Amino acid sequence: MLLSLAVLLLFQCLGEGLSYVFTLPVPGPVVGMLLLLGFLIARPRAADTIEPTANELLRHLSLLFVPAGVGIMASASAVRGDLVAVILAIVVSTTLGIGVTAVVMRALMRGRAGDKAS
Amino acid sequence: MSAIPRLNAIWVYLAASPLLGLTITLFAYVIAQSIYARCRFNPLANPVLIAVALIVTLLQISHTPYPTYFEGAQFVHFLLGPATVALALPLYRQLGNLRRLAVPITVALVAGSTTAIVSAVAVSSWLGASKQTVASLAPKSATTPIAMAVATSIGGIPSLTAVLVISTGVFGAVFARGILNVLRVTEPEARGFALGVASHGIGTARAFQISQQMGAFAGLGMGLNGILTSFLVPVLVPVLARWL
Repeated sequence: MLLSLAVLLLFQCLGEGLSYVFTLPVPGPVVGMLLLLGFLIARPRAADTIEPTANELLRHLSLLFVPAGVGIMASASAVRGDLVAVILAIVVSTTLGIGVTAVVMRALMRGRAGDKAS
Repeated sequence: MSAIPRLNAIWVYLAASPLLGLTITLFAYVIAQSIYARCRFNPLANPVLIAVALIVTLLQISHTPYPTYFEGAQFVHFLLGPATVALALPLYRQLGNLRRLAVPITVALVAGSTTAIVSAVAVSSWLGASKQTVASLAPKSATTPIAMAVATSIGGIPSLTAVLVISTGVFGAVFARGILNVLRVTEPEARGFALGVASHGIGTARAFQISQQMGAFAGLGMGLNGILTSFLVPVLVPVLARWL
């Protein structure tokens, strides 16, 4: 478990480093995720070692957002002026975002399934 | 050395804020999880929402400022980095599915990401929000660090963006099931991917509570939309500002 955690941190370091050196718009952990994915493709056996720790972390992913969520309290006053506009924008645009993504993906998935069947 | 100063030292040590903030965070989450389980994992009983509400109430009653709380909570917050890296594993396990669905994923990503940005900007400027608010709102579907960086680059307020990103995540996690059921999308790949694209990490956390497969697709959606948003927002927002 310790080795796996160290490996995850190592890839985060690599990601942060690359993101900083090349001033990428993508944050370090996301770069680290892509690097680790590449590493797993090259070394499939490493996946079995890291997987239990990774799954344990991801099982409690919700917990990790709690501190930032509490931060809403600290800066909620910044929204007050445009409260109605902001709430409606979030509701409408998140609903549309979820709907459009899912419907487009489903349509193309079914199209492909249809291709195979015919 | 007498016993009293030693006891005093122990008390000071235990009352140190990092310990307290961390303890509160874990307990609030455990309570929230048990409420969530008792509600049979109904998305309305979202554990992030309940835990945050519990902690905010406690901090307000005890007049504890957020920075004091965060001294302890930062240890939990820190794990977001390695957890994001850990998303590589479910992705790796779904590699076959990802290759098979490369085209649907790419098209759905571009459609969903553009829709989220354009509709957020359109609705908020229609309703008369300030330019700063609109700029802070545009990248709200991306994961927090990306959204904050993007908002700053187009004249938004990063701390406001953080609030909007979290709100978007919670809204998506709570209402995605309803939205997807109305649209009759049953494929777990499409449901997971949509959650990740529109409501980033909090949506992904919700997807992992349902299945590893949904979680993997949500994690992929979050990562890809983070990248795409950072390219789309700086291009789209100035164009929309001229139109609206």
